[in-house]
Formats: sequence, C-alpha cells, structure tokens
Amino acid sequence: MVEVTMADPVNTAASGKTVLTVENLQAWYGESHILHGIDFNVKAGEVVTLLGRNGAGKTTTLKSVMGIIGKRTGSINFEGQEISKAQSDKIAKLGIAFCPEERGIFASLDVRENLMLPPTIRPGGLSLDAIFELFPNLKERLNSQGTKLSGGEQQMLAIGRILRTGARFLMLDEPTEGLAPVIIQQIGHTIARLKSEGFTILLVEQNFRFAATVADRYYIVEHGKIIDGFANAELPQNMEKLHTYLGV
Amino acid sequence: MSINLQALFAQLLVGLINGSFYALLSLGLAVIFGMLNIINFAHGALYMMGAFAAYFLLNVLNIGYWPALIVAPLAVGIFGMILERTMLKWISGLDHLYGLLLTFGMALIIQGVFQNYFGSSGLPYAIPDLLKGGMNLGFMFLPIYRGWVVIFSLIVCILTWYLIERTRLGANLRAATENPTLVRAFGINVPRMITLTYGLGVGLAALAGVLSAPINQVRPLMGADLIIVVFAVVVIGGMGSIMGSIITGFALGIVEGLTKYFYPEASNTVVFVLMVLVLLIKPSGLTGRAA
Ligand SMILES: Nc1ncnc2c1ncn2[C@@H]1O[C@H](COP(=O)(O)OP(=O)(O)O)[C@@H](O)[C@H]1O
Ligand SMILES: [Mg+2]
Repeated sequence: MVEVTMADPVNTAASGKTVLTVENLQAWYGESHILHGIDFNVKAGEVVTLLGRNGAGKTTTLKSVMGIIGKRTGSINFEGQEISKAQSDKIAKLGIAFCPEERGIFASLDVRENLMLPPTIRPGGLSLDAIFELFPNLKERLNSQGTKLSGGEQQMLAIGRILRTGARFLMLDEPTEGLAPVIIQQIGHTIARLKSEGFTILLVEQNFRFAATVADRYYIVEHGKIIDGFANAELPQNMEKLHTYLGV
Repeated sequence: MSINLQALFAQLLVGLINGSFYALLSLGLAVIFGMLNIINFAHGALYMMGAFAAYFLLNVLNIGYWPALIVAPLAVGIFGMILERTMLKWISGLDHLYGLLLTFGMALIIQGVFQNYFGSSGLPYAIPDLLKGGMNLGFMFLPIYRGWVVIFSLIVCILTWYLIERTRLGANLRAATENPTLVRAFGINVPRMITLTYGLGVGLAALAGVLSAPINQVRPLMGADLIIVVFAVVVIGGMGSIMGSIITGFALGIVEGLTKYFYPEASNTVVFVLMVLVLLIKPSGLTGRAA
C-alpha cells in the first residue's frame, strides 16, 4: 500500500478536527472486489476531492461511506462513530447527505416534492428561500415533473434538496458531469458559498480544472486504492503526475 | 328490443357494487405491487379474513358493524404486516415468481384453515339497522345498504388516491417505489414503509370484506372466487397507476352489469374476454407502465 502523507492545507478555514476517517476500506459488488483498501480523511470545513479515471472506484467509495454498498469491510469513522456496518438511513441521520452521480431525481414527484423529500435530520439546514437564492431556476419550476427539468436544473435540484436537511457533510458525485460551462460555474459558486458557510464537502470529479477552483485537498483513486494525495497549494508541482494519473 | 329501465338500473347497481369491490381490491393490489413488487395472491384470502373479522367481532365480542369498519381492517392489516415481516421480506428483490408462489401458498393455507373450521357454507351477517330498507328513487328501488357500499368505497378509493398522490407521505412512497436505495440514503426508514404499505393494501382488502359481509354472507372461499375476476381487472387496468385501478375497477363492474342486462349469457366471461383483448393490444394494461 502506498503511504500518503501531505502537508496541511494553508489557505483554508479547515483547521478543524477530522470529521471523516476511512481506513482500509474494501468493497464488493456481488463477487467482484472493487475497493482494495481506501484510506483518506476529511476535516471540518474542507472541500476534499477524489480524482481518478472512470471506473477507478470513486463512486463506490462514496456509496460505501453512505452505506449503500452491500459488502464492505474496513473502518469508516464519522464524527467519532464507526459507521462501516450501519444501514444508510442511520448514516443519513448522523448528518451525511449524498448527491448521486446519476442525480436521482424522481419522475413521479414534482420539483417541490423532490425538494422536500429528504427529511430534516437536525435544525440548521438552508431555508427554501436560501436554496432559491442559490438556484433561482428551481423556484420557477416548482410544479414541473422532476425529470422534465434540464440536466443542469436537475443537478441544482439534486444539490438543493440535500441542503435543507441540516446535514453538514455533503458528498457530491461529479456534479458538473455533462453540464454547460455557465452551469458549471454556478455550481462552483455554490460549492464555494457552502464552504464559506462551514459545510464540509467530499467531492468526486473528473474535471480537475473545475476541482481546482474549489478544492482544499485532492486524493487520487486508482484501481480501488488511494495512490496519492496533495493540497491545492501543491497543485502546480503535481501537475505532471496528475496528467499521468488521469490520462489527460 | 324494448328497454326495461327498472331492470337495467338494477343490473347497473349490481355492477356498481361489484365495481366497488373490484376497485378496493385492485387498488390494494396496485399499492402493494408498486412498493413490494409482489403480485399479492393472498389478497382474496385477506379480503375473506376481513369479513370473518367482522363476523367474530359481532358474534364473539358483540362489536357491531360500525366499529368493525375500522377494527377489522386494522386487525387484518396488522396480520398482513406480520406476514410481510416474517415471510415476504425475505423474497424482496427476487423474481416475481417467488412472490407469486409464496402469496399463493399463503392464500391456500389461510383458506384451508378457515374451511376446516367453518366448512364451505356461508355465515349470515345482518345489515346494520341504520342502513336497512330501501328508497324509491322513482326510476328504481335502491336498497340503502348497497348505495352506501358504492358511495363509501368511492370515498375510500379517493382518499387513498389523495394520500398517495397528494401528500408528503405519499411522495415518500412514490419515491421509494422508484428508487428505494436513494430514499433510504436520505434517512427514511424504507423497510418500515414497505411493511406499512403492505398493511395498507391488506387493510383495504379487509375493508372490502367487511362491506361485503351483509351482501354476500361470510364464506371461506368468498375471496378465492372474487380474486380471479380482480386479477383480470388488474391486467386490464395495468398495475402502474392508482387512479387507473380505481377507474378500471368501477368501469368493469358497470360493463359486467350492462352485459348482464343485454346479454346475460356473457356476463361471467365479459371481463376475461376484455382481458384477452387488452393483452393482445396493450400488454401493459390500459393505464400501466411497460413492465
Ligand atoms: N452495480 C455495479 N455492479 C458491478 N460492478 C460495478 C457496479 N458499479 C460499478 N461497478 C464497477 O466498479 C468499478 C468502480 O466503479 P465506480 O466506483 O463507479 O468508478 P468511478 O466512480 O471511479 O468511475 C468499475 O469497474 C465498475 O465497472
Ligand atoms: Mg463514478
């Protein structure tokens, strides 16, 4: 296993304690062994980004933390609690919210119902008005069927609905995938804004140019393992390595 | 041919009554199918248990019709939830065939037990005093109890539709029907919701059983006979839609009634003929989603 050491990021509010520690996480889909020992951590207030090629295991890592991968071993510690054996509804109630790669907008629900679906788990979530301020489009489309929205609007809905719940730890799986540049920008602003309000964010991205605008630290996932990691400040000297890792 | 309005309306009323039972039962089947992905062959047996529950309440505990309308569906609904927790839960995610075989087996066992104790003949259940007698509407004579069954069933169907399509709880249910994994990952206890949904569907069947007790008597096989037609109704309407199953239920009851008047020889088969036609033309049913 590759030992990953890194300097603490300098330019962030993330002086906080570690909220998520993942150690030797292994995961399976049926018989196929996908994660082979994932180690990383996220500190309070940070934006941490998992980078890696398609099929590297980034989504599987988020799903394992969320408790929706049937077979997983190793340790996942969230705010002092071991959650690697917990069911996903229990994990959600601890304050982890998940925005899946496929967005997961419900066709049989209108936009308002989609937005109101995740239950409030504790006080302190964003009000509907605050969400509409971030994503004005949603307000106009409240009565539309969820899946009638454009891809960008669906992504806003998928992010917006998890901001209501009071969860302070957000996992966003490729929120910019397939979206137009202006919408990517809007999502970038949103992430920056959430960070400034103290949310902790675990982000998965293929688009590291986008990630560079919001992330404090990066981990590189390859073949179900974390093979490298560095802070945003160290991005320039790691650029060449990064190109090799991501094959771009 | 000259039309005898009295007789026509009488058959229409019979059709509406049957339609009420079709609607309540196929509605429950649709709710259960949406959430559990199970074709609940035990539905007829649970309907029968609703009628027997009303019978026991009256003859053992001296609890009459009106409380039975609530107590019997609750009791049978709880029995259904126990079935879900102890048996159906274990076959979730497997092929439809497993659910079909398991619930069919449950139906045979439940019906067998009741037949063992009560034989096959019917037990009487009196119409409650308040609903005895009839009304002359001018164009026909309406037995009050029958009018009550139609109106009350319609109200229950519409309330159930409202619960599922227009409330917060219903939104959770619809979402969990689409993507239970994600709904659970939002912190909603989906397994509990599945159990309650089965309880709701079973409760509707039991309610239909209570309603039918004063009309059809209480018999161990009363559900077995009815459920065959109800499955044809479900095939015609499609499993996909709540409103679809309500409308199809009432509509087919009326079609049956009209057939009984115009061409009585076909009245027992018309629903099945329609089923075959629908299967040939639109296999997912009139309102159903493609499987
Ligand atoms: N539901 C699944 N069943 C079986 N294998 C899967 C499933 N989902 C993903 N995989 C496999 O797991 C590996 C990692 O997938 P994933 O975590 O989605 O990668 P990434 O998000 O990094 O692109 C891939 O090889 C993929 O083919
Ligand atoms: Mg992925």
